[in-house]
Amino acid sequence: MTAISIRGLVKEYGTKRAVDGLDLDIGTGEVFALLGPNGAGKTTTVEILEGFRTRDSGEVSVLGEDPEKANRVWRNRIGIVLQSSAGLDLLTPREIIASTARTYATPRAVDDVIAAVGLEEKADERIAGLSGGQRRRLDVGLGIVGRPELLFLDEPTTGFDPQARRDFWELIRSLAAEGTTILLTTHYLDEAEQLADRVGVIAGGQLLALDTPANLGGRASEEATVSWAEGGQRQTLRTATPTLEVRRLAERFSGEVPELVVSRPTLEDTYLSLIAPHVIDEGAAHTNASQEVMA
Amino acid sequence: MNAVALGFDRTVLELKMYSREKEAVFFGFLFPVVMLTLFSVIFNDEITEGTATMSAAEFFLPGMVSAGILLTSFQTMAMSVAVERDDGTLKRLRSTPMPAVSYFLGKVGLVVVTALAQQVLLLGVAKFAFGADLPTTADGWLTFGWVFALGAIAGTVLGTAYSSLATARSIGAVVVAPMLILQFISGVYFDFGGIPSWLQQVAAIFPLKWIAQGMRSVFFPDELATLEMAGSWEPGRTALILGAWAIGGLILCVLTFRWFKRGTT
Repeated sequence: MTAISIRGLVKEYGTKRAVDGLDLDIGTGEVFALLGPNGAGKTTTVEILEGFRTRDSGEVSVLGEDPEKANRVWRNRIGIVLQSSAGLDLLTPREIIASTARTYATPRAVDDVIAAVGLEEKADERIAGLSGGQRRRLDVGLGIVGRPELLFLDEPTTGFDPQARRDFWELIRSLAAEGTTILLTTHYLDEAEQLADRVGVIAGGQLLALDTPANLGGRASEEATVSWAEGGQRQTLRTATPTLEVRRLAERFSGEVPELVVSRPTLEDTYLSLIAPHVIDEGAAHTNASQEVMA
Repeated sequence: MNAVALGFDRTVLELKMYSREKEAVFFGFLFPVVMLTLFSVIFNDEITEGTATMSAAEFFLPGMVSAGILLTSFQTMAMSVAVERDDGTLKRLRSTPMPAVSYFLGKVGLVVVTALAQQVLLLGVAKFAFGADLPTTADGWLTFGWVFALGAIAGTVLGTAYSSLATARSIGAVVVAPMLILQFISGVYFDFGGIPSWLQQVAAIFPLKWIAQGMRSVFFPDELATLEMAGSWEPGRTALILGAWAIGGLILCVLTFRWFKRGTT
């Protein structure tokens, strides 16, 4: 079962192709993270899926319908966590959550939502007085109050402190456990690693890689790095068989290997090497442009 | 819930937000009352208008009633919709299954409640604080009713359409300056007869002049009709022009309304 299906999606702004022939399938119940640098086409893609933007060509199906022709019945099955909840300053979290709940056919209980996003103590205070993290949690509360089958989360934990992020991840895991399909965009690779079943890396409007966080870009099969302290210096060894190397070291040192570290490329390393060509391209374009201006 | 019930729910929410915003309450809701009070205190003597003499409160009441209608309908709508479009409120509402019509019903509810409350307050202050005479005939109140209703409807739809001209940052200036000019040339603050006739012609294009004329016909002695541009109260033409603005404004609304900020679709 696919919740989202994208074929040959194209969106142009003037002469710039923000999304350039994107293909992607996201399964029902899956937690999918879309990663990419700024300007990669993440937000454009997600907003097309949400029915907020039109596309220039390609096929898009979200919960079996074309989002451009979305109606209330379809909206009732979707939850969207927007990037900011400005304009709510004069209300309280309870007021806006209750009012939003009434627009859905089978909403969650308002108190349950307030508890799930940890806003019990602020529920009856003006939203103007909420911190950035509390506002984000309110956004999430507004996104989940309708008991959506599919939840869109656009950079949900920007501005969270570490504890708030961990609490938020628990909330997302519990939604996923209930069977909610979740499409997440994020800048934080640890977040994608913690939450996502699969990760897609997008840059220049195209999908560069698509895999589980553990396997992305061949991470699992890449050589590991073994390092330790010896003779006052840090020794490093790249190897496909780290366990064998560690056993050898253990024999050589007859016990504890001083300051032993075994590591594989982090998701961040893999991600940065994937998007590196695109980042450099952009830099080169800028250089050319400024040279033209100089000439 | 159905669209009407959700519209009622939106009205309650809109009223909460409106009443908690002190600037809106002062510059939209209380402003005409404050102005009427000021004029009544400043101009102590009776004012002679044509063949009639009246107190300052009585002289300025039709103007303040008219300005109030436009403030609570046009200004409220233009400002709130422009701000809500820019700060993402409209986008957030669009992301829920709420029908579009419920949003507008909520706004209409807000205008109806605030405009009626303002008129009650304004007439109450005029009568009980400054001893102004209010209409005593059913006919007078009927005229008050339809001029108020048509004016508020026109103001609501025109304000909504007008909101598309500006961003949240510029809407204050874009609304307040033309409103002020319109109030001056439409005879809200001055005797309309004292305005040069070419400027009267300009004012006659816009609805405020007709609302003010309609309200003068309610609150002024009948013999003052001779001071109007046409020498009569022209109730038929007033209804026609306000009705045309209301219908034209509605069409403009439907054609120009956007849920999203410019350049984001």
